This record gives sequence, structure tokens and C-alpha cells, in this order.
Amino acid sequence: MDTLLSRHRNVTVFVVLLFAQVVGLAVQVRRAAGSTDAPARIIRLGVVSAITPFQRVIAGGIHWVGDVWNGYVNLRGTRDENERLKQQVAQLRLESSRQSEDVSQARRLQSLLGFRQQYVAKTLAAQIIGAGGTEQSHIIYIDKGFADHLKPDMPVITPEGVAGKVLEVFPASSQVLLLNDPSSGVGAILEESRLQGVVRGSPSGELLLDKVMADETVKVGERVLTSGGDRIFPKGLLIGTVAEAGRQKDVFLHVRVKPVSRLGQLEEVLVVTEIAQEQTQADANSTQRAIDVLAERLPQVPQKADAIAASAAVNGAGRPGEQGAGAKPSTSSQAPAPAAVPPRLGDKPKSIPPANTQPKSTPPHGQARPH
Amino acid sequence: MASGFEREQREQIEVYHYNWIAVIFVTAVSLAAQWTLPLLSPFFSNFDLPLLVTIYFALIRRSPVGGMMTGCILGLIQDAMSGHFIGVYGISKTVVGYLASSLGARIDLENPLARFLLTIGFYLAHQGVFAIVMRVMVNQPYPLRIWLLGAAIVNGVVGALLFALLDRLRKRIY
Repeated sequence: MDTLLSRHRNVTVFVVLLFAQVVGLAVQVRRAAGSTDAPARIIRLGVVSAITPFQRVIAGGIHWVGDVWNGYVNLRGTRDENERLKQQVAQLRLESSRQSEDVSQARRLQSLLGFRQQYVAKTLAAQIIGAGGTEQSHIIYIDKGFADHLKPDMPVITPEGVAGKVLEVFPASSQVLLLNDPSSGVGAILEESRLQGVVRGSPSGELLLDKVMADETVKVGERVLTSGGDRIFPKGLLIGTVAEAGRQKDVFLHVRVKPVSRLGQLEEVLVVTEIAQEQTQADANSTQRAIDVLAERLPQVPQKADAIAASAAVNGAGRPGEQGAGAKPSTSSQAPAPAAVPPRLGDKPKSIPPANTQPKSTPPHGQARPH
Repeated sequence: MASGFEREQREQIEVYHYNWIAVIFVTAVSLAAQWTLPLLSPFFSNFDLPLLVTIYFALIRRSPVGGMMTGCILGLIQDAMSGHFIGVYGISKTVVGYLASSLGARIDLENPLARFLLTIGFYLAHQGVFAIVMRVMVNQPYPLRIWLLGAAIVNGVVGALLFALLDRLRKRIY
């Protein structure tokens, strides 16, 4: 037996090595569905802890060279870029002032509906110190870990938008799963069409919007935002724009998304360490109520003469001295008399309640709804 | 005085010796470069420097056990760093290490063109084993696309250059 094994030593070692790895892999795959795999984590922890200090030094050197090159040597086109950025800032200021009105209106509406608002409360800046090391995995290492109170599943963003999430945390570093990794998935919503789906990575590193039905229409260039449905990323963060949308044999559309973050060339990222949730508050200084603003902006059906007359008769008979039909809605804190509010598309005439009663469909002010 | 036949036999089994420190240094540098070069450009993520080092040592040392062990250790370290299940790259590189060392004992691989072509072949074999392991054991399909051929050629070129560089560190035994 000894002679046989020693004669075929190479094949024996080959089979033993393969067998051990296959068994180890099978155990990990089996455990992956349930609890965390402690032995695999110990191996990762050991390897990462041993290598991270060297990576940190090398990455620091690379960043230093890059900074010197970009800050002192490669300054071609800086003047033009400066001018372009000034124009862009001016344009963005204009746009911002225009949108602030819409934002305050949206806040009032959210407040009336009892929405809870999620926003990024705290972030921690981290430097990229390494990559995953294979073309199949889209993983990066950052220089913050347990010591900085990082936890798995924390969102990782850039000033442009979403980059990924924390996968594993080590004492002085963390592994970040980028959006374009095949095992990544983010709940997403299209900004205009409000179609929801899941943004996934692919083996080739492309970003795909999955689970959008084939009978829907998706416009190229439309922005893709986080939907908040995955309970990891807060709602409304920019993921990217639709680069290609086409039908395939499947029941779902093939939608390719161009990520807004340069996932292949990240240098620094922000780890979202705290997501705050608060009840949106209406602007106390506002004299105009959001529901009135909304009613004014919604498409209106012109009132017929007989309806106006009937309404006037009801109001006049019921409460002498009150405002008649067609009067401007009150701007007090009470709900307006329905007769005074112009009818909206889709309203049923029979559902008009008597004057001075609260419409049943109106939610109580301040009621919280799960996001 | 050695006869002509003995000299010929020695030439055929001639192997090069590598200092252990040099082996560890080269593998460590290949791993460090593998994890940091993609920070400069995504193009560098197409390189598989640990695979090239595995192929080189397997071919030059002509020791199947050494080739397998080098491939296995480098593959497992790559698995640990890449977030894959531990063993996916380990199995792929063990197979390549065994094949390369077995082949290195049979044919002369000093020619840069032969090295270039062999590296392409071993790269594709590595990707094939990886895809099989991913599909069969991990149940994650890994499509073998045409761009892999481009990546294989890139690795072949880098491999030929790297092997020429590493040749300077070896010592003749005989």
C-alpha cells in the first residue's frame, strides 16, 4: 500500500487536496443558507488582518502619487474646468431656488398624510485600500472597521450616489460589496414612471434593473433611485440612469443601468452609519395649506350652472349667513366645505358630505404610517 | 568524466532552484499587486497575477506537489479576500498547478512564444474549472463569454513578460 501511494504520490496529493477543498466548499454552501459560517469567517479574518496593513501602506502610496500628479503636475484644462464649474454652480443655484418651493409643498403634503421621512443622519468617510482581487468579484476594502463602529449592511455612498453596502467588518478594515457584484441587490424605483424593481450586478460588472414587467415602458436616460424597500438604503438615493431598455424572451424587461458612481475608480466613500427617521413637519409660517395647493393644481371639471344653484340652495337653507357656493376656500386650519372645493376628476357626486364635516378619507393629522 | 548520454539525461531533467524567500516574496508581491492595481484602473482587474505566478513556479520547478501547493494556497488566499466561498479559486488553481507542473516535466518551456500560448491555455482552463465549480457546487452560473478570450491574451502577454523577469531570480541546480 505504501509503495502504491509513494509511486503515485503526485496523484494522491492532488486527489487529497481537491477532496478537502470540495468538502470544505460543500460545508460552506450548506451553512450559507442558515447561520454564519464560523470557520470560513475565521480564515477570512486571519487573511484580511494579515494583509490589510500592507494594503494600507501601498494604497496610501498610490493615493499620494495620484494626489501629487493631479494636484501639481497634471493641471491642464483646470482653467476651463473652473469656468465650466462656475456656470454649473450658477445654474444649480437657479434650479435649487425653483425646487425649494416644490420641496416645501411636498413636505406639507407628507405632513398631512402622516409620512415618516428617512434621511442620512451620519456618515463616516473611508478610504479605499484594496480591491477584491478577482475579475468576478466586485468588492473593495475600506480602512474603517469595528473600531469605527461599522456594521454589516450599512449603506456605502459617494457624493454622486449609491456605491454598495458593507459586507463584512474586520478590526481595522471592512469589505464593501459594490452595486455591480453579481450577489448584490438594491430595491429601486424609476424617478418618472415610478416603476419598481431590483438593481442587480452581473458577472460582467454591468448593472441591471430586474423585475420590471415586459409590458412596461422604460425611457432611456430616466433616473433610477433607491426605493427603500430593501430596508438597507434610505429612499431616494440616486443609483444611476437607464442606459438601455429592451425586451427579451423573459417576462421581464432587460434594463441596463449606468451607475452614477464610478464603481471602478472609487477613492473615497461615505459609510452611512445612521439613518434617521422623523415625522415631517409642516412649515408653520406657511399660510396656504398643501391640500389647497394640490386642489388648485389638479385638473378640474368646470361646474355646471344647475349644480352651483343646487349647492347654493343647500348652503343657503342650512346655515344662513355662511359663504355661498363658488366662494374661495377658507385658509383657516379647518377643512374646507366640500361644496366650496372644486370637484376633482374621479370624485363621485354622491359622496359629497354635508357642509362643515370632515371628509372620511382624510387621515388624522400626524398619524404615522410605516414607510 | 560524464558520457554524452549522461549529459543529455541531465539536460532533460534539469530544473531550476528558487530560494524560499524569493518564492514567498514573489507570491506576496503578486497578491499585493492583485489587490491594489485595480484601484488605479478597472482594466487591471483582468490580470490574474497569482495564477501567473502559480503557472511559472509549476513550469519551472517541475514539481507537481510544489505546483499544486502553490496554486492551492494562492487560490485560498484569493478566495478569502474576494468574498467567494473559500475553495472556489483554491480548486481552480490546484488543478492548474498540477497540470502546469506535469507539463513542465515533459516539454521545454524556455521559449517565450510557448509560454505565451501555454499561459492562454492555462488561463482558459482555470476559468473553465472556476465556472464548473461555481455552477455545480455553488449553484451560481458563471457564463463563459467571449471577452474571456481577450483577458486570456492579456494574461498571456503579461505572463510572458513576467516569466522573463522572474527567470532572473532562479538558480541552476546542475
